[in-house]
Amino acid sequence: MMTRITRLGRHGCDLVEALGRAGMFLGQSLVGRPSAEGFKLWLRQMHFIGVLSLAIVLVSGLFIGMVLALQGFTILVDFGAEDALGQMVALSLLRELAPVVAALLFAGRAGSALTAEIGLMKATEQLSSMEMIGVDPLKRVVAPRLWAGFVSLPLLTVGFSVIGIWGGHLVGVEWLGVYNGSYWGNMQSSVDFVDDIGNGMLKSLVFALVVTWIAVFQGYDLVPTSEGISRATTRTVVYSSLAVLGLDFVLTALMFGELG
Amino acid sequence: MKRSKMMEFGVGLFMLAGILGVIFLGISVSGLSVGGGKNTYTLQANFANIGGLKSRARVTMAGVTVGRVENIELDTEWYDARVTLALDSSLEGQLSKDTTASILTSGLLGEQYIGLSVGGDPEMLADGDTITDTQSALVLEQLIQQFVANMAKD
Repeated sequence: MMTRITRLGRHGCDLVEALGRAGMFLGQSLVGRPSAEGFKLWLRQMHFIGVLSLAIVLVSGLFIGMVLALQGFTILVDFGAEDALGQMVALSLLRELAPVVAALLFAGRAGSALTAEIGLMKATEQLSSMEMIGVDPLKRVVAPRLWAGFVSLPLLTVGFSVIGIWGGHLVGVEWLGVYNGSYWGNMQSSVDFVDDIGNGMLKSLVFALVVTWIAVFQGYDLVPTSEGISRATTRTVVYSSLAVLGLDFVLTALMFGELG
Repeated sequence: MKRSKMMEFGVGLFMLAGILGVIFLGISVSGLSVGGGKNTYTLQANFANIGGLKSRARVTMAGVTVGRVENIELDTEWYDARVTLALDSSLEGQLSKDTTASILTSGLLGEQYIGLSVGGDPEMLADGDTITDTQSALVLEQLIQQFVANMAKD
């Protein structure tokens, strides 16, 4: 019994400690003035994290937009309200689906790769050799990846929304015969730039911060063995998915809900 | 060197696409207007009751969309609604002075829009003129009230 209580206490202390380490890690990586060298490193990461994630995000966005239009149409047509299809597709994409689904895909596609890469660097002692020769691995390895993540995910989310709305247009207007003018007209009269698009982007920025932070920290903080790397990669995907979904509820309640 | 140039180009393209995406969302999805667009001219119309008409609603003629509602405000002189319509400029000088504007509903629960129908007056409406012959929105409660009143009379 006593041992159980002590173990619980130790777990609690470990958790708080890890949280503190993660916070200090984030602070130390992000502080520092930008340099040409850092920009080059950032560019390389932008290519890997952002550009190469584009395909999966765009294809998912297209199908989600198409399915939204299809599902929405079958329900709305019962009420003779299929004119509201554009509004439904645009609002659900901009406010909810694009930020959340893009963040989940991003965690799976880029987050896990970040963890594994940094983890392997740690396991093969590349990080400690960098420290040896006087290069700060936080600045050299971690910071460019963090910044690349912060910039890429909002951009990917925009791409997701745009292609989703286009997919909805394809299904709704071209295939199911909703009037083109009411698809766009209803969308324009109900979507507000600041309230819907701006808040969606804000959500996506928060998710970018959380997902990249978790991914990079899990890689930096893992037990440097092959088992440790595999566990950390799993943890990255699990933690970031849970964090995204949980935060999404909180953010939605603050932005759109009547709870706040 | 060539590879890194390609990469830079790719990243630049990616960020450009993101910015273009935001612009598309702003203009085409949320309808921020930055001038431009099609040439339009405006007409005014006063309605006793506009029901659920919103700005940017369609203005149609024989079912064909010919413009949008630009602005709705309360006219404090008559205490009715003053609606500004932006119509396709190809219709300028084509609508007679006795054109009727009525607020219609598409479907039972659909959006409300304005339907125009021309009369036979030889004089035409010019930019900024007011349509005098208007028909208000159908308000379901008033309709039911009338129906009940008629029932009571019988």
